[in-house]
Amino acid sequence: MRVSRELSKNGYLTISLTIFFALILFRASSLAAETEQPRSGGELVFAVGGTPPSFDGHRETTFAMLHPVAPHYSTLLRFDLLNFPKIVGDVAEKWSISKDGLIYTFNIRKGVQFHDGSPLTSKDVKATYEKIIFPPQGVASARQASYAAVVDKIEAPDTHTVVFHLKQPSASFLANMASPWNFIYKADLLAKDPRWYEKNVMGTGPFVFVEHVSGSHWVGKKNPNYFMKDRPYLDGYKALFIRDTAPRVASIRSGQASIEFRGFNPAARDDLVKALGNKIVVQESSWICNLTAVINNEKKPFNDPRVRRALTLAIDRWEASKALSQISLMKYVGGLFRPGSEFATPDAELAKLAGFGKNIETSRKEARRLLKEAGVPEGFSFTLKNRNIKEPYEVTGVFLIDQWRQVGLNVNHVQQEEGAYFNDFRQGNYDAGIDFNCDFMDEPDLQLIKFLSTDKSPLNYARYKDPVLDELYEKQGRAANLKERLNLLRQFEKRALDEQAYQFHILWWQKINPHSAKVKGFKAVPSHYFMHLGDIWLAE
Amino acid sequence: MWRYILKRLLLMIPTLLGVAILIFLMLRVAPGDIVEMKYAGTGTYAPKEALDRERAQLGLDKPLWHQFVSWMWGIVRLDFGTSMWTGRPVTHEIAIRLELSLQLALMATIVAIFLSIPLGTVAALKQDTWVDYCVRVFSIAGLAVPSFWLGILIILGFLIIFRWLPPLTFTSFWVDPKANLAQLIWPALAVGYRYSAVATRMTRSAVLEVLREDYIRTAHAKGLWEKVILVRHALKNAMLPVITVIGLEFAFLVGGLVVTEQVFNLNGIGKLFVESIAQRDYIMVQTLVLLISFVFIFVNFLVDLINACLDPRIRYQ
Repeated sequence: MRVSRELSKNGYLTISLTIFFALILFRASSLAAETEQPRSGGELVFAVGGTPPSFDGHRETTFAMLHPVAPHYSTLLRFDLLNFPKIVGDVAEKWSISKDGLIYTFNIRKGVQFHDGSPLTSKDVKATYEKIIFPPQGVASARQASYAAVVDKIEAPDTHTVVFHLKQPSASFLANMASPWNFIYKADLLAKDPRWYEKNVMGTGPFVFVEHVSGSHWVGKKNPNYFMKDRPYLDGYKALFIRDTAPRVASIRSGQASIEFRGFNPAARDDLVKALGNKIVVQESSWICNLTAVINNEKKPFNDPRVRRALTLAIDRWEASKALSQISLMKYVGGLFRPGSEFATPDAELAKLAGFGKNIETSRKEARRLLKEAGVPEGFSFTLKNRNIKEPYEVTGVFLIDQWRQVGLNVNHVQQEEGAYFNDFRQGNYDAGIDFNCDFMDEPDLQLIKFLSTDKSPLNYARYKDPVLDELYEKQGRAANLKERLNLLRQFEKRALDEQAYQFHILWWQKINPHSAKVKGFKAVPSHYFMHLGDIWLAE
Repeated sequence: MWRYILKRLLLMIPTLLGVAILIFLMLRVAPGDIVEMKYAGTGTYAPKEALDRERAQLGLDKPLWHQFVSWMWGIVRLDFGTSMWTGRPVTHEIAIRLELSLQLALMATIVAIFLSIPLGTVAALKQDTWVDYCVRVFSIAGLAVPSFWLGILIILGFLIIFRWLPPLTFTSFWVDPKANLAQLIWPALAVGYRYSAVATRMTRSAVLEVLREDYIRTAHAKGLWEKVILVRHALKNAMLPVITVIGLEFAFLVGGLVVTEQVFNLNGIGKLFVESIAQRDYIMVQTLVLLISFVFIFVNFLVDLINACLDPRIRYQ
């Protein structure tokens, strides 16, 4: 009885303490929620590591155009950056796909206005996509090839409906409609001058154009008529064009800029954290970018798959991931698709591919055997051509040379200015080289382009033709479901990276975004091509 | 004299024409073109037809002689063409940056003149004393330290000690002199120091040479005041090589401050030059080379005129 009373006393105490701490926690969380409540106002200043060539998203290919210009525009669909890679409507309110996958119907929101006050209709969306897919004479469209093969025609049956008729089903079509490059333009302006948007801005986005000083900065202010109520939070933004890394880091460190959306290397991150302490927040993610070792398949002895396999087998990617990620952007071990994406090969399966195994001694032993079998002598010399950019190219070049030296190869590192580098790649004037690939989304249609036969893809510098890979590419693009697609992708990967080892990824990049602790509503995603300032706000 | 001036001005035309032909051909020899840099440089997949269409739009599909003649014909009509990278007139792109570059060159020149002439003269007058040694150490240090490195030290010093950085965007002196000087005074000091080192060495040796001339001895023998001898006779003559050096350095500064502009993120002509070369923006590079050549030729011409005014022995008949 006594015991039970004591227990009962303890029970009361426990319950009281639990309630007390629960109340404290509840109060703390509600306080936190209160402090994290988005607030309106303020100007976001951010650094951009380049300058926009023209202002036309359909024509350009650089993030240096997207970062300052994209906040003026809307797209048909967009990626929800707080829940990446979820796709949501932007000017499209809803959409439907026909059962055969050949007709995509988009319903356009009502009440969307251009910055000059005119309403956005389906006519504008149709004109925009016709400019992208079927550009008129004298107009450049950088992504025409992504759509022209699948889109048959575009219709606007009424003012708020757009219909895309496809020639064949396309697994990537919907995601491509969320491309950050596909700014919605005004049909009337395009009709008068299809190149008007190269030098002018007129969109329906959350910010209105204010000023651009070439090579210096770009300014936008809040669009009071933006179709999403309560957005944007910011009164405006200013993009500072700072090409070099050191002054870009200094701009954040001094507080002249609050963020740089592309990303810094680990050294810059550490420098900022050390200098600014809790005034800086660091967000990190993987990045849909990688470096690839490109082998000239037309040159002897690299025309022998045994030699190419030996080259990939010699690389210790798992150790490289640990070492290089400390000093450069290189970090994740992955096959043809970004580790962590829905298309990525699981580690256990990846380890079966040449060069991705975890026992490097066994791999290198096999590499030496293959080289000997192919008649490549010990100390065989060749040249690795690389861009003269320190991060991450130079670091990776030095690393590769060391890896290949460990299987008895003697590699000469030649770093070139971009013009000479691309010229040599295009002409086939190289033995091995380092190429890169960056995309805005995880999509095999994009990531496999460089692996198609050279007559199908001008970006394949490895100089080979493989109808098997081309056919697998076509099939995966039309696959009815993800399971079927993954099966085809695994076959593609096995052939490209393992059996033939035409060219092979070294590592995937890490994206590091240090930013002022005042910047809220920003979430680092695996691509630097997105620029939606609508959700970002500044804490007091 | 007027005939000489006219002759020198007319001579500029074939010189600039020669420069134009040279730079036009040299750019075409360099591998790669702007279309390749734009697409391949960002890893964008574009079929050959798209690349060809872009080249045609920029006029790169025309024969070389046609490209050259249309560029020259434009210049004759004072139409320097449009930037292949931005699509805007090159004169507009250059004008945005010229004010900053000219002001920086001018400020650096002022810093250099105010440092070099007094220091060089004092060093010559106090030859082989501790004053001379100090000036020599100061000037040799200026020659040895690259201005961009000094710029980095200045920036790091401000960042570490004051957590402050000079403004990153240019404000015209006429709009806000305080903001303008807050940005440009530091690169002007960094560049001006190196510039002054060259001029100090030149001033010192020129004054030393002049001080040993017979007419200086004669002036002393006549019992003229030391100050008069120095200012009216020695310095005036010693300035001839110094002015030549200062003039050439000024012309160099207008387009040659590439690294300093990068360190301070200045939106100047030097940075535009390097970026345009990297982007293979032929029209922009060609125009910039012509502009900088013109500045060099014109400044040289001005230097010759000033020398003629300072030294009555120089007569261009």
